[in-house]
Amino acid sequence: MSSAVLFVIVAALLFGIGVYGLIIAGHLLRKLFAINIMGNAIFILMVAASGPLDGKPDALPQALVLTGIVIAVSATAFALALMVRLYQLTGQASLHNNEGGDD
Amino acid sequence: MTEAALAGLVFLPLLGACLLLLVPRQWRTALVLLVVVPLPVLLLPITAVVWQQQAVQMAVAGHALPLGIVWRVDALSLLLLWLNAFLLVFVGLQALTRFPPATPAGLRFWPLWLLLAAGIHALLLSADLFNLYVTLELVTLAGIGLIATSNRPAALQAAMRYLLLALMASLLYLLGVGLIYAEIGTLDLYEAGNLLEPGLLPATAMVLMITGLLVKAAIFPLHAWLPAAHGNAPGPVSALLSAIVVKVSIYIVWRLWFWTAEGWPMPALELFLGLLGAGAILYGSALALVQKRLKMVIAYSTVAQLGYLMLIFPLASLLAWQAAGFHLVSHGLAKAALFVAAGNILASLGTDRLRRLAGLDQRLPLDVFTLALASVSLMGLPPSGGFIGKWLFLQAAWEQGAWGWMALIALGGLLAAAYLFRILALTCFHPRSHGHSSRLREPPSRASLAGLLLALAAIGLGFASAPILTMLASAWPGVIAP
Amino acid sequence: MIPLLLFWLPLVTVLVSAVAGLAIFVAGERRQRLRTWLNLAAAVLKLMLIALIGLLVMAGHTPEFRISLLPELDLVLRADALSMLFATLSALLWLVTTIYAIAYLEHAPNRARFFGFFSLCVASTMGIAMAGNLVTFFIFYELLTLTTWPLVVHTGTAAAIASGRTYLRYTLTGSAVFLIGLVWLYGLAGGQDFIAGGTISELGLDQDWSLRIIFLLLVIGMGVKAALFPLHAWLPKAMVAPAPVSALLHAVAVVKAGAFGLVRVIEDVYGPALVSELGLGLPLAIAAAFTIIYGSALALFQTDIKKRLAFSTVSQVSYIILGVAIGGPVATIGGLVHLVHQGLMKITLFFCAGIFANFLGVKKISQLDGIGRRLPWTSACFTIGALGMIGLPPVAGFISKWYLGAGAVAAGQPWVIIVLVTSTLLNAAYFLPLLKRIWLHDPPRQWPAEVQVSRLETAAMVGSSITTALFSLAVGLLAGFPLSPLNWVTGIVTEYFP
Repeated sequence: MSSAVLFVIVAALLFGIGVYGLIIAGHLLRKLFAINIMGNAIFILMVAASGPLDGKPDALPQALVLTGIVIAVSATAFALALMVRLYQLTGQASLHNNEGGDD
Repeated sequence: MTEAALAGLVFLPLLGACLLLLVPRQWRTALVLLVVVPLPVLLLPITAVVWQQQAVQMAVAGHALPLGIVWRVDALSLLLLWLNAFLLVFVGLQALTRFPPATPAGLRFWPLWLLLAAGIHALLLSADLFNLYVTLELVTLAGIGLIATSNRPAALQAAMRYLLLALMASLLYLLGVGLIYAEIGTLDLYEAGNLLEPGLLPATAMVLMITGLLVKAAIFPLHAWLPAAHGNAPGPVSALLSAIVVKVSIYIVWRLWFWTAEGWPMPALELFLGLLGAGAILYGSALALVQKRLKMVIAYSTVAQLGYLMLIFPLASLLAWQAAGFHLVSHGLAKAALFVAAGNILASLGTDRLRRLAGLDQRLPLDVFTLALASVSLMGLPPSGGFIGKWLFLQAAWEQGAWGWMALIALGGLLAAAYLFRILALTCFHPRSHGHSSRLREPPSRASLAGLLLALAAIGLGFASAPILTMLASAWPGVIAP
Repeated sequence: MIPLLLFWLPLVTVLVSAVAGLAIFVAGERRQRLRTWLNLAAAVLKLMLIALIGLLVMAGHTPEFRISLLPELDLVLRADALSMLFATLSALLWLVTTIYAIAYLEHAPNRARFFGFFSLCVASTMGIAMAGNLVTFFIFYELLTLTTWPLVVHTGTAAAIASGRTYLRYTLTGSAVFLIGLVWLYGLAGGQDFIAGGTISELGLDQDWSLRIIFLLLVIGMGVKAALFPLHAWLPKAMVAPAPVSALLHAVAVVKAGAFGLVRVIEDVYGPALVSELGLGLPLAIAAAFTIIYGSALALFQTDIKKRLAFSTVSQVSYIILGVAIGGPVATIGGLVHLVHQGLMKITLFFCAGIFANFLGVKKISQLDGIGRRLPWTSACFTIGALGMIGLPPVAGFISKWYLGAGAVAAGQPWVIIVLVTSTLLNAAYFLPLLKRIWLHDPPRQWPAEVQVSRLETAAMVGSSITTALFSLAVGLLAGFPLSPLNWVTGIVTEYFP
């Protein structure tokens, strides 16, 4: 089995875990984890696509992944801050269905 | 000159956002004005060049692809830039009264607002797939931050839900970008169009990217996050989110579809996207009819109106292109006006529950007048921008003998009339119910004026369609080579 | 100077009342004197402008305002003989109705809103009259819907809001159908201006089925406002509105706009020749004939005065449609002249009904007993209007019916005579009992709700009724004079049937 195929399988598995977690998890922290796992799956895939491990890899996808990681980190930080605020206001860290909202 | 103007569009608001956090309190208002007011001026030289040469291109700081960033403006992006500048100025007028920059609330609000402006500008300038991803994230995060400034549980819940879905959507988009790069080794939006051949991998990538974008654009049935988010955000934020933020995602879908995937045979998918639009129009309007709060009605109306932007895919002609572009602008103005007026009403009454709005025309005549004017355009009644958009859509559908789409467009107008007249009847003609407290804070006249000007612009668009249609025609991908 | 005048005059004429309407909104509820002056000044100014345009038209000029809405699609306001007919009628009746309404609503709330929309409504009507192509017509037709809806729901009662909803349902659905027909026609023939004899006659018969379906769509669009069966149900419901609004809806603006639009479509878009070639005249004539009988028959069963008048309108407006649908010069004259005649007579009737309701609280037919002794002038006006509706000479209605009958025979459609006779009998059957009650029965000891009305108000309201009643007598008696509606219409029709 070539390493590329291995990467693809791992990425697919991680992505699947992420989607599952996002749907199933109730607690916002878990949902955030799930999204980060999905992101990592994609980063792995992009690194794998950048070229053979032994040869000279293409630098661009790696730069992209780096940028992606930076964005993922900041988005996660933002989401955590939002979650904390939500917890302070409602005492809960999960989502409810009340789209109309209060007055 | 042009290059400086392009750079100014992105860096001026960015710089302003950072400086706001540093300068003394009393300078903040001046700083905000100093950043927002020049934005339309910056567009003038760009417009002049685009008018002559159809497009402007520049490599940021002289770095070329693949590692550099390339900006490109054609008439389509220019049109959205103008819409955005217009909205920033007039919605900003309301925001200034709602969040005075000198207050702590203003300090939370304005940096995010300027960041959102910078993000939208950068997105509209971007010419490569990855940059679009980055700017899209910027726009989304700034938008969600703005929703959260409301600090109410319902708004925070909505912001959180929006954030989770938006992050997931971005990842889908990013996955598509990765696949495309693996296939052809370039990220340039327009070059990719030349290199990319229809096939399994590119098609998968395209489906992933478009799915992600449709989530962000809240296209039925992926719209579930929108009503709560737009309905609970502070007034000026709702206006900007509904009028432009969701549209820029559609803008990217158009770019991908008509430039990158140009000429791919996808009749089934075209029809499918069109049907999503039809679903949005019918479902969004139906739900708008049963809402109990004014802002929720307007938010569901956004879900419905976004559906029209999808009709370009099955119709796919110059006329349909002009119709969709024109609809985008006229809906942007009318919807912003509605949300600004609704925001004023909410701020004055302390509630926007529909049954509490009876007799409002006596108490807030200017805001109710704004509601009425904007509604006229939204329903597509003449003479207004909405009517011209509807007319162009009908003509485009007629041209192809698409009777089903014609019926849908006519029906969509009727449904819009149904939910908007419901509000107008309520605010103007129901006698005021007794028993409710008559506490009322007059909204500042500047805030009411902002809504009125936006509504008048939406109506006036019906008489100024020629330059916009010419611009849209020059940006039609069937005409220019990518 | 003259070209500039010719360009701007139609727009100014339309905008006069729109500006007045907006000024009334801005002036607000409290400044009653200012509002009254604005109302009257705008109405008089408009009448003078119309007179000026009329002089220019007679001198052989064509005032025309034109701006581009879309490539190859213009907004055109133009004064030709037919538009002058409708414009003069509505401007004249607007002035009278304004005077009446100021007195009628003396103590009612929300007058600023009422008169504001009242003026906007007249601006839309003027736009309809002067529309130089079908798209312009459509734009003002929609504006008319928008500006009359607030008048229909004005009182804000549950019944008013429900009838407003019905009104919107009918008119907006109708205009959606209209719009589809319009886009279709535009696709086939482009956005051409109205021309006597038709703009699409060259399209000819290769597109015959498309043209037939478009015609049907347009007829549905106009038929809603013209209250053509089965699209009429909103009209009787809209009776909950104040009397001046009913007068406006029935005589000046809404139903007339529908009928006028049908005239435009038949004479200036399709052209009489094409209409008869496609075989469209007969079905439309049958629909109109059916509506005439149906409206009259239902009017018989109404116990409410205004409801009875409403069904009478349903029936009478179809005379106009019947006339132009039969085709041929004589019947067309009959139809067009009824546009004016019906307006004058119906507005008189509604004014009187309003006075009965406002002064004495009389709303039901059974309450009319002996009212002729209490309100002799008003009752006399009512009688003139009713007799005219029946078609008794020398009141105006007789002339319309005469031309319709003669035209039908000339066009080889003698069955129309039967319709006319039946309808006349029915008209008599639902109006004569009213007259009998008014003049011959004894008055009750106490009226349902008698109110003290100031002398000025009485003078304004009764004076308005007398004015319109005299007009409906005069246009009948003086039909032979050069400026009478009949002669005017004959001049128009000679253009259609050279």
